[in-house]
Amino acid sequence: MKHKAFKINRRTRTIAAAAMIAAVLAGIFLAGVLLGDELVQADFSQKGLQPSWEHPFGTDLLGRDMLVRTVKGLSISIIVGTVASSVSAVIALIVGVAAATGSTKLDHFMNWLIDLVMGIPHTVLLILIAFACGKGLKGVLIGVAVTHWTGLARIIRSEVLQIRSQQYIEVSRKLGHSSWWITGKHILPHMVPQFLIGLILMFPHAIMHESSLTFLGFGLSPEQPAIGIILSESMKYLSTGAWWLAFFPGLMLVVIVLLFDRLGENLKKIMDPYSAHE
Amino acid sequence: MRLEAKNVSFRYREHSPWILREISLSVEKGERVGLVGPSGYGKSTLLRLMGGYLKPASGEILLDGKPLPQKGVCPVQLIYQHPEKAINPRWKMKKVLEESGMFRREIMEALGIEEEWLSRYPRELSGGELQRFCVARSLFEGTQFLLADEMSTMLDVITQAQIWNLVLKEVEQRQLGLLMVTHNRALADRVCQRVVELSVETDGE
Amino acid sequence: MERKSTAVAGPVLEVKNLSVSFRMYDRGLEQYDLKVISNLNLDVRPGEIVAVAGSSGSGKSLLAHAVMGLLPENASVEGEISYGGKLLEQKDMERLRGKEFALVPQSVTFLDPSMKVGPQVTGPRPSRERRQRQREVFDRFHLAEAVDRLYPFQLSGGMARRVLVSTAVLSGASLILADEPTPGMDLEMALEALQCFRELADEGRAVVLITHDIDLAFQVADRVAVFYAGTTVETAPSGDFLRGPEALRHPYSKALWNALPQNGFQPVPGFQPYAKALPKGCLYAPRCPWRTEECGGEIPMRELRGGMVRCIHAT
Repeated sequence: MKHKAFKINRRTRTIAAAAMIAAVLAGIFLAGVLLGDELVQADFSQKGLQPSWEHPFGTDLLGRDMLVRTVKGLSISIIVGTVASSVSAVIALIVGVAAATGSTKLDHFMNWLIDLVMGIPHTVLLILIAFACGKGLKGVLIGVAVTHWTGLARIIRSEVLQIRSQQYIEVSRKLGHSSWWITGKHILPHMVPQFLIGLILMFPHAIMHESSLTFLGFGLSPEQPAIGIILSESMKYLSTGAWWLAFFPGLMLVVIVLLFDRLGENLKKIMDPYSAHE
Repeated sequence: MRLEAKNVSFRYREHSPWILREISLSVEKGERVGLVGPSGYGKSTLLRLMGGYLKPASGEILLDGKPLPQKGVCPVQLIYQHPEKAINPRWKMKKVLEESGMFRREIMEALGIEEEWLSRYPRELSGGELQRFCVARSLFEGTQFLLADEMSTMLDVITQAQIWNLVLKEVEQRQLGLLMVTHNRALADRVCQRVVELSVETDGE
Repeated sequence: MERKSTAVAGPVLEVKNLSVSFRMYDRGLEQYDLKVISNLNLDVRPGEIVAVAGSSGSGKSLLAHAVMGLLPENASVEGEISYGGKLLEQKDMERLRGKEFALVPQSVTFLDPSMKVGPQVTGPRPSRERRQRQREVFDRFHLAEAVDRLYPFQLSGGMARRVLVSTAVLSGASLILADEPTPGMDLEMALEALQCFRELADEGRAVVLITHDIDLAFQVADRVAVFYAGTTVETAPSGDFLRGPEALRHPYSKALWNALPQNGFQPVPGFQPYAKALPKGCLYAPRCPWRTEECGGEIPMRELRGGMVRCIHAT
């Protein structure tokens, strides 16, 4: 119960951790964009090398450095994750707020829509949408974006409903303010923490789903150096003993996903009023 | 001008028990009326009906002979029991006053609102201090009637006396109508010219 | 109301120089300690009701939470809380609460809404004696057999109050802390609720009655402790409050009396200081008509006319 003077308090530690994670993620993203394509040129003199100091992740059967390929792949994953989860979170916000502030009919419809999307197995829906939109980046983005908003939309809807029943909203209405004004000034600002946390916690899902979609062959095209492509390619060579082809990219994917998850949890600790002062 | 409830009945849903039945009550402008009675007899419900926060199942609420306006600034304003619930916890106090256009020196002085409070968040002020803001934002130009629902129940007696003395001065000056609900008979006798007992007879149950 | 003074033994609960502060974050990364209770003293003897009166933010409810060991993580406590003469540690409080200490909460919302009243009060799978005991207690508070089978939302306000009190009685606790049991109740109901506590005290339990309905509190209490800005400013026999300001000691207690609607309805100007900016010395000094230079120094609690007061000018 006693908290004597900390040197570094929890909020500082949490923010430092969050900043570090964000820096690592940004670093990987930038590295992937900045590394030139010449680094992944085929070089048959170097093909199929085990991990070494020169090639920490080894090389593939075309002699390309796996570290560079992995970083490039992750970089694409981060782009897909960012865009898709941002779009998804915005959809969640609109649906959530509309359901809670609009008419009962609209609320029923939105709830039905949420149930519908939630009811269909995620991967199946993703494959269908990605396939229908034409494979490739566009298909994956749309697929991931339109399947991930449901959980957050639910949370936002219930949160808005709860705030709308507050007395200060009632007061605001009696002071002559319109529904729009109240939504903008009272309700939306309350949603910011939920929205940001939901957005970041959506990242890992988006990245995983993008990778699995690509792995299954419904996602990005084989020319793109996506992590899913790398993984599905490497599966073929696993039996020949080239374990490093799948191991390092897979491990890195897991690390990235976990980092995003930690980032979200850290933000939650800072913003959530129930734990903010601990 | 007069605010009146005419044969008002209320229940939350069809077939649920009546909370109020056939109640009539009127308050003139410049008049101070107290509503007392045992808990659970619908005092607060009546107040919320008269402020237009609830719709009666039958009967009508009239202001100056006409129904209450549904939209826009309402000339009948309600002050709640828990000020901390009636103020957005994320807003600084200055914004709370600005919301109703009552960020004005003279009203702040009249209600004893200190300059320094304006930059604080609601959780940094006490209930009595917050309640002053709730009163202040209800006292704009168009306000004709003030409804107070156990406004001082959660406050200590000194703050209660402070706030009521300030409110009474304003009510007097502007000739507002005041309808207050309280369980404290002594307070009602102090504040009001007329005290109405909501009891079994008028309740119909 | 009939008052039997059975208080003879030593105090059941004794709180000495209690301070509670919360470690809070300012904007950004700065932290500060918000001291909400400072140098608070209170004692209760068996068979006695001590009413704790004071405005919101005077630390009344926090006192109850501190005694029950229910303060949150970021709170730090100094001073002594002893029970039956033994100093309490956090783990003792956790062990004793519910058995030796019982908290009577403010409203029905503290009951499980999906559980019938009877089982909720006895606990799961009660023994026959326990059920019988529950029946006796319910009978005593005029709760019919049918009440056992009601859900909390079906109770009227008064019934709910009596159910909450019954829980405390049934627990066999010798110290009962009641947190604001009366606000918003009409006079008849409030007196009925307070009568329940009087009966408990007359059985030899110690009751701390936290309330701001001070005019009701002195009807049933034996002593009244007046809190201001997180500290005790006066403890007095409640008879002094009935007699009026001349019998009271601290200027704040006098001001409370004068502000009652049935008395003067005359408020003293000014505000209780905010915990972040407490004045030095006497916390009431900024509002006090007797204020002098010396009030800025340390103000100890001292005995005066059969009560205690924290004021150097009180006579």
